[in-house]
Amino acid sequence: MNLDVNGERRTVDAPAQTPLLNVLRNDLGLNGAKYGCGQGQCGACTVLVNGAAVRSCVTPIASLANARITTLEGLGTAERPHALQKAFIAEQAVQCGYCIGGMIMTASAFLAGKRNPDESAIRAALDNNLCRCGTHNRIVRAVQRAARELA
Amino acid sequence: MNAHTLLGGRGLRRRRLLQGAAGLTVGFTLAPGSTGVLAQSPAPAPLPGSMNSYRRLEGWLRVGTDGTITIFSGKVELGQGIATALTQIVADELDVEMSRIRLVSGDTARSPNEGVTAGSLSVEQSGVALRHAAAEARALLIAAARTRLGGRIAPDAALATRDGFVVAPGGERIAYADLASEARLEREIVQTPRAKPVAERRLIGRSVERVDIPGKVTGAPMYVQDIRLPGMLHGRVVRPPSPRARLVSIDEAGARALPGVVVIVRDGNFIGVAAEREEQAAAAVASLRASARWEEVATLPPSDASLFAGMKKMASEDAVVSRKTDAAALARATRRVQADYTRAFQLHASIGPSCSVAQWQDGKLTVWSHAQGPFQQRADLAMTFGLPPADVRVIHRDGSGCYGHNGADDVGLDAALVARATNGRPVKLQWSREDEFQWEPCGSAMVIGMQAALDADGRIVDWNHELWSHTHSMRPGDPDGDNLLASWHLATPKRQSPARNIPQPAGGGDRNAIPLYDFPNQTVTNHLIPEMPVRVSALRTLGAYANVFALESFMDELALAAGSDPVAFRLRHMKDPRARAVIEKVAAMAGWRPGTQATTSSGISRGYGLAFAKYKNLAVYTAVIAEVSVERATGVVKVPRAWCAADAGMIINPDGFANQMEGGMIQSASWTLLEAAPYDRTRMLARAWSDYPILRFSDVPRIEVELIDRPEEPPKGVGEGTQGPMAAAIGNAFAHATGVRLRDLPLTPARVKAALA
Repeated sequence: MNLDVNGERRTVDAPAQTPLLNVLRNDLGLNGAKYGCGQGQCGACTVLVNGAAVRSCVTPIASLANARITTLEGLGTAERPHALQKAFIAEQAVQCGYCIGGMIMTASAFLAGKRNPDESAIRAALDNNLCRCGTHNRIVRAVQRAARELA
Repeated sequence: MNAHTLLGGRGLRRRRLLQGAAGLTVGFTLAPGSTGVLAQSPAPAPLPGSMNSYRRLEGWLRVGTDGTITIFSGKVELGQGIATALTQIVADELDVEMSRIRLVSGDTARSPNEGVTAGSLSVEQSGVALRHAAAEARALLIAAARTRLGGRIAPDAALATRDGFVVAPGGERIAYADLASEARLEREIVQTPRAKPVAERRLIGRSVERVDIPGKVTGAPMYVQDIRLPGMLHGRVVRPPSPRARLVSIDEAGARALPGVVVIVRDGNFIGVAAEREEQAAAAVASLRASARWEEVATLPPSDASLFAGMKKMASEDAVVSRKTDAAALARATRRVQADYTRAFQLHASIGPSCSVAQWQDGKLTVWSHAQGPFQQRADLAMTFGLPPADVRVIHRDGSGCYGHNGADDVGLDAALVARATNGRPVKLQWSREDEFQWEPCGSAMVIGMQAALDADGRIVDWNHELWSHTHSMRPGDPDGDNLLASWHLATPKRQSPARNIPQPAGGGDRNAIPLYDFPNQTVTNHLIPEMPVRVSALRTLGAYANVFALESFMDELALAAGSDPVAFRLRHMKDPRARAVIEKVAAMAGWRPGTQATTSSGISRGYGLAFAKYKNLAVYTAVIAEVSVERATGVVKVPRAWCAADAGMIINPDGFANQMEGGMIQSASWTLLEAAPYDRTRMLARAWSDYPILRFSDVPRIEVELIDRPEEPPKGVGEGTQGPMAAAIGNAFAHATGVRLRDLPLTPARVKAALA
């Protein structure tokens, strides 16, 4: 099966019902999406499908034949980071970092087309992404910072 | 902390206890070519931090011929930023850029054994050792340069160090790399090296950026979950449905026939699977689970209020851990106050379920692990397999934040058991969300009875704190048992170690039970319940969370009884100037004014509460004020804002410090408002986040943190400073808002509605 991942055509030899998360991590060697619950409840596995935030742990690849898939790696790199990645570094908005890839991807879908979202809108947008270290306020500040840069 | 001071006169039992506890391990496995403390005699001079037990310089620090500095630590990154703090400390002391430093941490083949990364001790133990190792190396490099420069400089010329060079007054400079062999850095440290004076510090005290964040926000392979080895298989386990369940029958053949399944390992009640692909392993587990027939036993305690009455009746090991008497003061008592406080069983609830990679080669085992104690995990793995510890290597890799002893150690054994059947192919074993919630150890439920007396002047003249708890440390590394989950499920099961308490002054169940306030009479009694119907072990702060909740809630109850302002009441009973300073500071930050009335509008009551603790009575001083809103109709409690003032002596990294305080307050707010592990009399019941909700963005308090820097004081641990004070501040704010005291954690809407009815 062919998938469009981070702008590249990738051929994957996996059954159609395989969760996208497994394909990204195990077939394509991408680390950004993390396994957290397998039930779509925590958000650690969030990626973009045609620009929308999607839980890759509950998304079978069968549904993605003509879709554009973007992972944390596709957003930016250490050398050329995306505004959100830069903002998370600037705000030191990480403790263990396990949830952070999902936070950044959810935020990137949320920020698309928004000029100046207020703080409570950002919180609401991230409400279904769980963080256990208690980094929430820094994450919100990082999203605000990125929003300013992207505006 | 010096392990020997903790051993006291209690001999071997306490010594063993320490090995699994937050303290430093006494016996060491030595790196090749080194001699350690056990080989030396007679008593050498004490050295700072962990260096006291591991006295070879090259065991801490090496200078490479390419100019890189390799440092070795037994402490591991858990998301608390320790890799950055240790790098920062060495870079400062040695005058090199942080980017030149490579940290080797938590590798049993290469790192010093510094015990478990727990108890907020990493900077105190490893940071202090590395700072002095760097100071020693710097002095030796300067001495070697002086020899090299010989007559070209005056004999008393001051040589400086800068950016990896020794610099002579005339400007001539020699790279550390060129001096390393002449400096003979492979040596024993015999006396405490002289570290830089405060005025010369460049990096300590600055908010340098975390070294691991760029990789973590761009998808670099930072975590144990990101390890991919050639030929690696994917593993999963089928766990029993309840603690004492026995496997009666299972259809292994059906699962073995599924695509991609390489091996099914069954040993007693342990069932593990390895498959070529992860989803194939998951499918095999689903098939095995569907066919498994188990015999279950109802072994769990009640989950309602009768739990606590039951705990008080269970067999216990009892100890008075603090007693002060003053008959004259006691005679002034005019009024007694008494209250019981409780805390439910609570989960670590890491975002990433535990994961480990294991590989067997030539009868030797390598495990990549996110456990907190690589040497302790190794000890139990060796015990399980009957191997000498030298044949097991544990290598730490970052994982999801753990907040104590979760499934990280257990999953290493699961991976090793499955990998033993794969002819040398490595196995990455991933626990499911359900595995983690059902089998990770809980932080113990606790019940705490408080009783105190006031004199006519409103001063506390008698104080009693009596607590009942299961143990708070069942970590691996105890020589009297095997504490890895799967070892108890094998056909020839291993025995769990006996439950023990970590002794004072750090304490375990009784951590922070001894008040820092000055009371003329006090008795603190610890009842350790050895039986463990619910699996328990270390959850961040151990007993301190509930003890501080009880102690600081009770201080407010007494202040109310005495008609005193909570801030003034605390200051009146507190002599320690650093404690007073954080209390006064947080009061100023929040604009605390005595006599402020709580408000109620549109059915929402609002109030403020303060609480204080010095973590373990040994580490960071923390004072917290919380603002609480209570929706009276629904019983929903929220914490819109909170303030924190803290003092941990010399600050290494202010932003890292603040990050830990903010995170601890938010985690504590989650524990305090929402969290109780659900169970019935047979099974632990959480399977998904919907069964164990934690605090979400919209309900997270806005937080202000201010730090008091004391650069001449030794640095103290910060990671666990806020959890107890935050819980009590919320409880006190609730009482201020509503006039009603809640004494049972968590403060659920049902409890709130019942209390306000």
